[in-house]
Amino acid sequence: MRGFLLNRLSQSLALLVIVSIIGFIILNLIPGGPLSQFARDPSMTQQDMERLAEQLGLNRPLWIQYFDWAWRLVQGDWGRSFRDGASVLAVIGRHIFATLLLMGTSTVIAIAIGTWIGIRGATHRYSLFDYLATIGAMVALSIPTFWFGLVGIYVFSLQLGWVPAGNMYTIGDGSVLDYLHHLILPSVVLSLVHVAVWSRYMRTATLDAISQDFVKTARAKGLSERRILLKHVVGNALLPMITLAGVQLPSILTGALVTETVFTWPGMGRLFLDSLGYSDYPVVMGLLIFSAILVILGNLIADIVVAIVDPRIRLA
Amino acid sequence: MTKHSKSASNYSRRDTLRMMALGGAAGIFAPNLLTKPAFGQKAPRVPKGRIVVGLSQEPTVFNPLMAHIEVDDGVHFSVFDALFRIDPKGLIQPNLAAEVPTQKNGGISEDGLKWRIRLRDDVRWHDGKPFTAEDVKFTLELITKPNFRSWRTTGHSLVRDIAVVSPVEITWRMEQAFAPYLSFLTETFVVPKHILEKEADPNNAAFNQAPIGTGAFKWGTRVPGDRVELIANSNYFGDGPYIERLIFKYIPDLTVLYTQFKSGDIDLVGQTYISPDHYEEARKLPSRVVTLEPKSSFESFYLNLERPQFKELQVRQALYAAIDKKAIIDGLYYGVPVPTETFMPRQSFYYNPGLPVQEFSVKRAKQILDAAGWVPGRDKIRAKDGVRLSFTNSTTSGDPLREQVQQYLQQAFAEIGVEMTISNLPAAVMWGEFWQRSRFDSVIVGSTYLIGADPDVTNRLHSLAIGNKGGRGSNNAQYVNPEVDSLLEKGSRTFDPEARRAIYFRVQELVRHDLPLLPLYQNVAVQGHKKGIQGAVSNGNTRTESWNAGAWSWTS
Repeated sequence: MRGFLLNRLSQSLALLVIVSIIGFIILNLIPGGPLSQFARDPSMTQQDMERLAEQLGLNRPLWIQYFDWAWRLVQGDWGRSFRDGASVLAVIGRHIFATLLLMGTSTVIAIAIGTWIGIRGATHRYSLFDYLATIGAMVALSIPTFWFGLVGIYVFSLQLGWVPAGNMYTIGDGSVLDYLHHLILPSVVLSLVHVAVWSRYMRTATLDAISQDFVKTARAKGLSERRILLKHVVGNALLPMITLAGVQLPSILTGALVTETVFTWPGMGRLFLDSLGYSDYPVVMGLLIFSAILVILGNLIADIVVAIVDPRIRLA
Repeated sequence: MTKHSKSASNYSRRDTLRMMALGGAAGIFAPNLLTKPAFGQKAPRVPKGRIVVGLSQEPTVFNPLMAHIEVDDGVHFSVFDALFRIDPKGLIQPNLAAEVPTQKNGGISEDGLKWRIRLRDDVRWHDGKPFTAEDVKFTLELITKPNFRSWRTTGHSLVRDIAVVSPVEITWRMEQAFAPYLSFLTETFVVPKHILEKEADPNNAAFNQAPIGTGAFKWGTRVPGDRVELIANSNYFGDGPYIERLIFKYIPDLTVLYTQFKSGDIDLVGQTYISPDHYEEARKLPSRVVTLEPKSSFESFYLNLERPQFKELQVRQALYAAIDKKAIIDGLYYGVPVPTETFMPRQSFYYNPGLPVQEFSVKRAKQILDAAGWVPGRDKIRAKDGVRLSFTNSTTSGDPLREQVQQYLQQAFAEIGVEMTISNLPAAVMWGEFWQRSRFDSVIVGSTYLIGADPDVTNRLHSLAIGNKGGRGSNNAQYVNPEVDSLLEKGSRTFDPEARRAIYFRVQELVRHDLPLLPLYQNVAVQGHKKGIQGAVSNGNTRTESWNAGAWSWTS
């Protein structure tokens, strides 16, 4: 176990370095840069722009900028946002709750409904339910989330007035009920895609488990179908899902770019889009490292959990 | 004018002119026009209610002296005060200053070099400390500090020998006479010395996240990525505030911004306002006031005068005559922008309304070219002395509306025997060397020529501002007219608004005659707010809809 962890750690560090270098280069290759927001302001002269570039250290060679950034990061200094001057960790900290709330809720919805649909689809293979679930999943996967979001806002907020048209809570209210009220539409919209993905995987995994010998044995033993399903089939079908959950873990904390924008949800996804739009290099790089760490952690946790749950797998 | 909001002020242009004729220059600087409830209706005495302003970009820079963008202005105008303010008619009014300095009242010396500003004595910072001339001195000095990431330094860099005469009087000397500085000072917000002088690094001061000003609203809270909340400053020296809370809510998507205006989540649509495609629907919404408000930017068909095709005035006149502005505005821009003949925005005090109005006439365009000796060749494209009337036109790629305008003009020009090919570029390429070094034939560009609200356009039209010829400016049309040059030089040294007006009227006449750019239309914002809001008056001489939030109130 220890050897496995050490091995993983060194791999992860190398991965972080590679990710950060590629990210830094691509970020700097994007035309524009942090000063382009002032380019059309007639009151900023060329001298003003040159002065700001100098003050922000943007006129140094790229590799010096990278090493300066990396060296500070190693020392625990994630830098400061170009936009509001706040430290990058503080910026991330301020947005993470909103994302956790939205993504957490939608993931719970997705897993619950997706698992149920997947199992039912597998046990009632080629039934009407199964066909409808398959078609539904294809539709949910093919149509972009922002479309569902806008249609949802149009129908349920503007026409029916059941739910708010966006935002995380009403300014001046902010009670738990108010949060829940605002949470309904975005979390349902967001979970659509995840339900689709999750149910497809679950269906396949269940079908796979059903055809195994131990299920036949269980049946031969005379166990009830219900017991076979819950104890033998689902338990085994969930194993590959742990890995899937591990892969999805980072997105719970890094947020949904489009959904957060459509629903004016002040989370990490929108922070990333905004920071990218303003070429706020320190924040974008911070988010990149943050999500890279989460991906590594998510996979690591999934591997460990699988090893614990599945006695056939041993971590070397 | 019929369709465009007249609610901007109780003063019409004629009223203003009459007022000036009666009172001379002093009349222009009628004191307290802004510091009294100017709009007639009664507002509540105790601040009540809140107004939520929806913005499509997030305000993030709260130290008003640091480099920032338009959307930050709303917070700056609400939390801070400058020495002066500019009103919707483009006239400069006192704010922290007790009066506007002029050569007549002795505030500015005859040679324009010595400035003396008298300040109000009844102003306090939000923390209760009195505002004095020391704060003004600190502010002006901070702007030019080498390490400080300040916004613009033009004008400020000419200031020398700042001296505090008394808590309510400050003087300084200018390195050279520079009349636009007065206007720059309307956007230079004064910051508190007693707080910022303690900071080792003003770029990362705690003040920048929770500023203290003198304005109608005090800093409340900020939820990053979501909103900024300001609270009424009941000790404000000026008009208002009449509402308890002013909230700037960030809504990143324009469609969603409009949706939330419709649903009532936001009370007033701020930058970048309602998109033109929603205008027809928006103006029919119940209990909403939706108006068209002129912006300072204008759209033009911009020519590179060093290209042989464009050297002759007749060619430029013919191209101009071949443009059907009305069809473009109504057909492509939902009828929102207004045709213009000049770079000067119509809300400016210096806007010349007497310029000849372009008439769309294909026949006349052809006649002009015929008379000038441009004869159609076998390919139907006109030519003269070996020069074919063929050129490229460029704009930022990915702007569907402009691309449609291009296609429209391409056909229009083809009809008069002129060939235009379209060659669009990504923004970063377009506005780099290609633009700055005049590598283009022609471009379609939206631009603001004025800095602050000052009419000085030296940077755009003076022959020494041609980047391609070593100048430091953006006269990228490479326009040269000695009379314009000398007028611009005179204008930047002239302080009397009346005299300046005459100068810039003439500049506009000359530019309209010479047509280095074919002016298309002035941009107009579709603004909207709930019916119950009073005092939300648009001011195209500032960059924000929230320039006077202190005067906003709800009808009870």
